[in-house]
This record gives sequence, C-alpha cells and structure tokens, in this order.
Amino acid sequence: MPLLEIKNLQLEFGTVDRPHRVVDGVSLKLEAGKTLCLVGESGSGKSVTALSIAKLLPSPPVRYVGGEILLEGRDVLKMPPGELQKIRGGVVSYVFQEPGASLNPVFRIGAQIKESLTYHRPEKANDAEVIRLLKLVGIPAPEMRLKNYPHEMSGGMQQRVMIAMALASQPKLLVADEPTTALDVTIQAQIIELLQSLCEQLGMAVLLITHNLGIVGDIADDLAVMYAGQIVEVGPVRDVLKNPLHPYTQALIHSVPKLGRDVTRLTTIPGTVPNLGSIPSGCRFHPRCPKAQPPCSTEPPELMTLANSRQVRCPLWDSPNLNQPANGSL
Amino acid sequence: MNLLEIQNLKVHFPVRKGLLGRGKEFVHAVDGVTFNIAPGETLGLVGESGCGKTTLGRAVIQLVPSTHGRILFNGEDISRLSATDLRSRRQRFQMIFQDPYSSLNPRLTVLECIGEALDIHRLAPDRAARRERVDKLLKDVGLDPSHADRYPHEFSGGQRQRIGIARALAVQPQLIVCDEPVSALDVSVQAQIINLLKDLQDAHGLAYLFVAHDLAVVEHISHRILVMYLGRIVEEGESKSLCRSPLHPYTRSLLSAVPVVDPDSKRSRIFLAGDVPSPIHPPSGCPFHPRCPMAEGRCKTEVPQLKSIGSDRTVACHLFP
Repeated sequence: MPLLEIKNLQLEFGTVDRPHRVVDGVSLKLEAGKTLCLVGESGSGKSVTALSIAKLLPSPPVRYVGGEILLEGRDVLKMPPGELQKIRGGVVSYVFQEPGASLNPVFRIGAQIKESLTYHRPEKANDAEVIRLLKLVGIPAPEMRLKNYPHEMSGGMQQRVMIAMALASQPKLLVADEPTTALDVTIQAQIIELLQSLCEQLGMAVLLITHNLGIVGDIADDLAVMYAGQIVEVGPVRDVLKNPLHPYTQALIHSVPKLGRDVTRLTTIPGTVPNLGSIPSGCRFHPRCPKAQPPCSTEPPELMTLANSRQVRCPLWDSPNLNQPANGSL
Repeated sequence: MNLLEIQNLKVHFPVRKGLLGRGKEFVHAVDGVTFNIAPGETLGLVGESGCGKTTLGRAVIQLVPSTHGRILFNGEDISRLSATDLRSRRQRFQMIFQDPYSSLNPRLTVLECIGEALDIHRLAPDRAARRERVDKLLKDVGLDPSHADRYPHEFSGGQRQRIGIARALAVQPQLIVCDEPVSALDVSVQAQIINLLKDLQDAHGLAYLFVAHDLAVVEHISHRILVMYLGRIVEEGESKSLCRSPLHPYTRSLLSAVPVVDPDSKRSRIFLAGDVPSPIHPPSGCPFHPRCPMAEGRCKTEVPQLKSIGSDRTVACHLFP
C-alpha cells in the first residue's frame, strides 16, 4: 500500500453557478521513503493539491467536489476533525516557501519547535530534544541558537528551523512547497542537500513542489508535471527529464537557460497559463502547443499509461519533439 | 568611449548603535567598485543577497546617493549634479524593477503610467502624439495597444514586466539598469522577457546593467559579468569564458550551485558553508576567507587587490599572483 495515494481529486473555488475548477482529476501515488516532485507554472494548481493532503484548505471557500486522498489507506477527506488534527504533523508535515512569514516573530525559535513537540511527543518536549533537532538540520551552535528570534537568523537558517519544526512530530511524509524559491542559489543547494540526506536518514517520503526544474533531477525519484489543474505527465525523473513526451514538459525544459550553452535565443512557450475562469476547450495546452492538431481543440485527451510506469496526457506523444533546439539535447 | 565609467564607488549607510544613537557604524554596501559599460553592451552583475548588487545598481543611476567615487555618464560626473540637472539627465538612464506587482502605480492606467514619463521629459507635444507614442511602445514590447486603457491589476506578471519595460523605453534611454527583472516570473515567461530584452537591445542599441542572482540567465544575456561579494568585485570577465573557467573560489562555488536540468551531468558541488557575513563588520583580509575552501594564512590579513589575468579577466584572490 502506498503511503499517499490521491485518486481523481477535484477541487473548486468560486460560486456554485460559476465554479472555477482549480484541480481537475489529479491522481498521484507516493511510496514510503520516496521523493516525488510536482512541477508546474504559477496557477497550475500544484500548491492547492499539496495543501489538500492534510485538508488544510478551509471549505468554504474551497469545495472538495470529488476524489479521494488516501493517507496510509485512510481517506483524509472523510475524516472527522479530531482525527484530521492527528494526521496534521503526525503523518504529514509542511515546509512553506517563505520561512520569514511562516515563523512567529514574537517567540524564540526554541519555544516554537517545543510547541510542536508538546502536541505530538509531549514526553520529549525539552531543550535537549530541540537541540537534537537543530543539530539534525545542520544549525551550528544550537544551544545558543534556540534562544534566537526569527529576525536574528538569515533566510537559509530560518528555513532550517522550519524543517526542524516539521520533523519534530516525526512525520512519514514531508510536503515542501517551494522551499527554496525565496533563497539564494548557494543556500538553495544547501537546503536541497539537507532534504535529501534527511530523506535517507529518516526514511521519510517527500513531496516537493517547485517550478525549478533544475533541482528536480538532484532529489526526486518521480516527477509529475501539472498544467491548468491537470497532470500532463508522470514518470521516473530521469526518463521524464531525458525524454519528455508531453509538448508542455518539452517546452518547459527547453525554456530554462543552461550554463555553458551557446544559444542566441531561448525557446519560449507563447502566451500565458490560462485563467481558471476561461480554461480552453479540448486539450488545455492546445493554444500554446507547437504540435496542436485540429482535434486538440475539441477532444480533451486522457492520461495514457505507457511502458515503464510513465503516463502522458497527449495523443501525439510519439511524434517528434518540436521544441528540441537545433544544437543537441540537454 | 565608454557610456558609463564607475570609479571607486562606495555607498555606506549609517546605522545607529548604543544608547541615544551615539556611536555610528556603517553598512559597507558597496565598497570601492570600478567598472565600465560600453554603448550597446550588457554587463551582468551577480552575487548572493546582501552582497550589495541592488545598491550598486541603484547608486549607478543615483537612486541612492553615493558616499565616494565618480560616476561618469558620457564623460559627465552625475554624482555631483544638482537635483534639477540630474532629473534632466535621467532621460538617458532608466531602470526596470524586480517586482512587476509593486513597481506600477495601481491607480494609473497603462497610458497614464507610460505617458507620465513622456510628460516629464516633454517628449510628446500633444495628446494625440502621446497616445501614438504609447501605442508604438506597447507594440514594441509585445502588448496590444488596446490594453493602454487598462489598469495594472488586469495583467499577468509577465505582461506587467513588459509595461515596466515600455515605461523605461519611453524616454529613449541609452542605459537601462535591470534589477532582477525575471526572478519573479515563471520559467516560460522568463524566457519571453529575456528574448524581448535582447531584441530591444538590437533595435535601439541599448546598454544594460543586468543585476541577477541566476548565473544561467546572466550568462545567457550578458557580454561581460561582474561577480560581487560583500560590496566588492571579486571577478570580472567575458561571460562565456568566466562561466567555463571561473578562477575565484567564490565564482566557482556559485557556478557549482546552479541547478542543472540534465540528470546525467556529473558535477562536483562545492558547498559554501554558512551565509554572507555582516557588511557592518566585514571580515578582515579577503572578505570571502571565512567561507573559502582554499583560504590560507595571509587571506585573513591581506586584502587581495583586483589583478588582470590574461587578456580579459580580473580577479581579486591571493591564489592568483
């Protein structure tokens, strides 16, 4: 049984008359101890999907229209509030994008980590355990640091504190929503390295949400690409990055500037991510797709399962890659 | 002749310490920087947050006053001009900001926002000419002229950044300082904006000072790159050669930290321990020595000077005599 299984999840915002379906039929599977990356542009629904795993989005405004979120085999969407509270932190913990905004500015970081321990492991709610956690996330001189307020730390250190806090409850799944977007590249490399080593040490599963394709290859086992509320491609990370099948994945990979490559123009994706109020008919990517054929604008494609556990939502997946720049592959 | 010459520029901000604000200390945001930009050239400026790159970009066009040094724009020192004189010179140098959400006035339509720049420098004789010029500018940056009567909130991030670019272009500048113009955008949109900036450079002969922390983007758009650490330049060179064979240990670790999409790339990561030190009390000697994997004895005491290595590279490091 997988640790997390999302089946055909459907979420809506807006009024009942004019619903905005932000997540439309998303299915994902994550085994214990594995790392899954969810990639997509802003507005693709990746954060909303991640937040719904612990049912963190209040309803209303959001409506859970359909689907199941099975965490250790139990459906989160049908749990009573008391049980949900145990899942939050106990099974799944979160690390968010802006550590500065997630930490409480008026409490010392030691106290904030201890608060998490009091809820989940009251017998361990002491300074020694806080120091152990701070050491685990690589904060130097933890005995001194636990008396710091968040503003006395740099962004990278704050993010380490957030991770320590998430680990305090010993979760089986860590959901990291753009954990490095607000950080410098050097610090980003440190945090990704830290997540990777924690994953190995603690046997924890990680769901990493990012729009940075560069960090995906370093950390993930599997990769899922989202576009306008749907999964368009899933597969083992190496295969997807090496041989992307969906035109959107291909375009996304090729629009990233690469070091040491002599190209005069970057490949772009024309247009912008569609507004959720006006999702295109047929394939949602067809107005921006270089391969689009007449049927693409009318027939919504299904997510097809291919060999070696890959899935792609495009009937033209085996036609040549038009986004490939003339001078070679990655 | 160079369009812009910066000579030993320093920007220090006072911070008050102690009881009743006695005992002044200074943040050494920019600490003795010298460089040139030729007409039509793109100079990339990279470094971690807190290294002073944004302050340097702003000081170059006098949005923050400089403490010391000369800023020669077309041979004239703009750091000593009166406010009125400086305002008239601003037509020649403009800025594009990082956050397209906060750098546009939400109460002005696109026409008013771009038209304001034309009015200040008296570039449009009447309303019809103003409108015509705004329409042309919107077309140049890839927007529809019919969008001129809309407000900023009706646009996406990428479109807003295009409006910011049109506003900077309106006064026909020779130099545009781009402060992280794409870091708030999605990759696909980022590529569109970078291509647009390149096209505009070719069409109008613009020079850019391109400030960013993403080395892959900077390498792509720049002719030359400056690497900055704690207010100083640590390495300067032609962009391709600098990225292919970085010399300064800081440049090397910065390059090795850039994420790469290719899962097969075999790179050895040089992890930088810790964070950028405080610019109030910069470390003695080489400012990079506490984090440098190759630091030796004299790095702690002697400040390394920028030295030329080969034809087109300068580096400030004791490892390169």
